[in-house]
Amino acid sequence: MYPNRFDYESPTTVEEAIAILDRSGGEAKVLSGGQSLIPMLKLRFAAPATIVDINNIPGLDYHHVDDEGNLHIGALCRHVDLEESTTLADTHPTLAAAAELVADPIVRTRGTFVGSVCHADPQGDWAATMLAQGGYVVAQGPNGRRRIDMGDFVLGPFVTALAYNEMAVEAVIPGASGTPRGSYLKLERRVGDFATASVAVSLDMDGDVIRKAGCALAGVGGRTIDANDAISCLVGKTLTEDSIDQASDAVAAVAEPRTDHRGSDAYKRHIVQTFVKRILTNLARTEQKAA
Amino acid sequence: MTSLYDEVQTPTDGVPTRRVTMTVNGEKRTVDVEPRLLLAHLLRQGMQLTGTHVGCDTTSCGACTVLFDGRPVKSCTMLAVQADGHDVETVEGMSSASELHPVQEGFKQEHGLQCGYCTPGMMLTSKALLERNPDPSEDDIRWALSGNLCRCTGYQNIVKSVLWAAEKMRAERGEDA
Ligand SMILES: Cc1cc2nc3c(=O)[nH]c(=O)nc-3n(C[C@H](O)[C@H](O)[C@H](O)COP(=O)(O)OP(=O)(O)OC[C@H]3O[C@@H](n4cnc5c(N)ncnc54)[C@H](O)[C@@H]3O)c2cc1C
Ligand code: FES
Ligand code: FES
Repeated sequence: MYPNRFDYESPTTVEEAIAILDRSGGEAKVLSGGQSLIPMLKLRFAAPATIVDINNIPGLDYHHVDDEGNLHIGALCRHVDLEESTTLADTHPTLAAAAELVADPIVRTRGTFVGSVCHADPQGDWAATMLAQGGYVVAQGPNGRRRIDMGDFVLGPFVTALAYNEMAVEAVIPGASGTPRGSYLKLERRVGDFATASVAVSLDMDGDVIRKAGCALAGVGGRTIDANDAISCLVGKTLTEDSIDQASDAVAAVAEPRTDHRGSDAYKRHIVQTFVKRILTNLARTEQKAA
Repeated sequence: MTSLYDEVQTPTDGVPTRRVTMTVNGEKRTVDVEPRLLLAHLLRQGMQLTGTHVGCDTTSCGACTVLFDGRPVKSCTMLAVQADGHDVETVEGMSSASELHPVQEGFKQEHGLQCGYCTPGMMLTSKALLERNPDPSEDDIRWALSGNLCRCTGYQNIVKSVLWAAEKMRAERGEDA
């Protein structure tokens, strides 16, 4: 399969990339890992006039935590960089748990975190981890940079709030003010498959009391499901059988699963409930062991 | 059509091409390619390196895996122009004139292939794994190879082949002789 013809640009600075996007008046697409875009070009679901390959822009492959505990992920930080990160598990355990569950190992050597968020697939794993932790995208256009909260970033399946002449330069995920706890569980039919259902949970703990709780779901709706309100019933509490049951019921209630080849809606909702319970129960056990 | 020349020429049919230089199996190659040409097609049709197989053509099977700067990528899901300035290794680059790579030997010793379609991709992914992790567990191997599908072997002998190669490579380096 061949893509349609396109003009290929390989800028070496962000400014240059933005100038090309601006000139192309909406007919250009950014190419980062290419693990979603190139398959779409080949199937001719996408046929942009110009491809702006950002892989030759140096200095975008970072991930680091700043003084305030915020994790910054540059536009060329690959899935594998996060999977192999030695620091991620300490500051952002939800992301660390998701890293090895995104696609398959070969796709992970190319695909990027930011590209995945920009792809805005309702089944995307990273978008769920962003939403559960109050993450935001930093977009840069001809008039400078702006911050777009994850809750406002995705307008619909495969549609984002980025203007045609903007590029996402990094994603930022706040850290916990207390102890970060969290995990990501995903049910897939086989390795490398998109989620039948998946759950991201992120807690900010003060001793054994939950100060903040975040949750989002992938695969169980026409968009990434924001379950932050649902899981907020945990705030101010400790992890007990009762609070865990209440939270897993509340989260399962906001899923919007549809019956398809991956399973029935009732099955998927049940998975969500089970995963929330499993994540929280495991975290409660870790707390007990630590105490 | 995409023009491809070992000796660079000016394409005559009016199709815009781009001149790129890459290292393929240790050899510098300069070619003119149309930007939409996929790396898999450049290797197979342009350079006659047909050891790189195209299976699914939809980024799912890993038969087209090559090493890009030492790490496995699906060459059906990269543009040939993206290899400009980079290092590409295909199965043809694994062995020397007189000797198979230990991974290749392992696949032979442990019967790690049947039809052979998935094998180049399997071996390159395995080679990359062993370079990063010389003493992988069976689980590590299964995990690393989980993006490479095989329809014949049931994977068991592939895993054994990689273990065999790991042992041989460690022995060659004088570890756990
Ligand atoms: C076999 C297979 C299995 C997969 N399984 C999963 C899975 O289980 N879970 C999952 O979450 N994903 C999965 N994916 C998708 C994978 O994670 C992709 O890497 C990801 O969706 C896109 O990231 P990319 O860097 O490859 O982006 P690209 O493919 O390069 O781009 C994707 C889109 O985002 C836009 N874009 C990219 N970067 C930017 C930027 N910096 N600024 C503005 N726009 C940008 C592009 O224009 C394009 O529209 C799978 C892919 C494959 C091929
Ligand atoms: S042919 Fe490239 S992944 Fe199947
Ligand atoms: S040996 Fe036939 S596909 Fe693997």
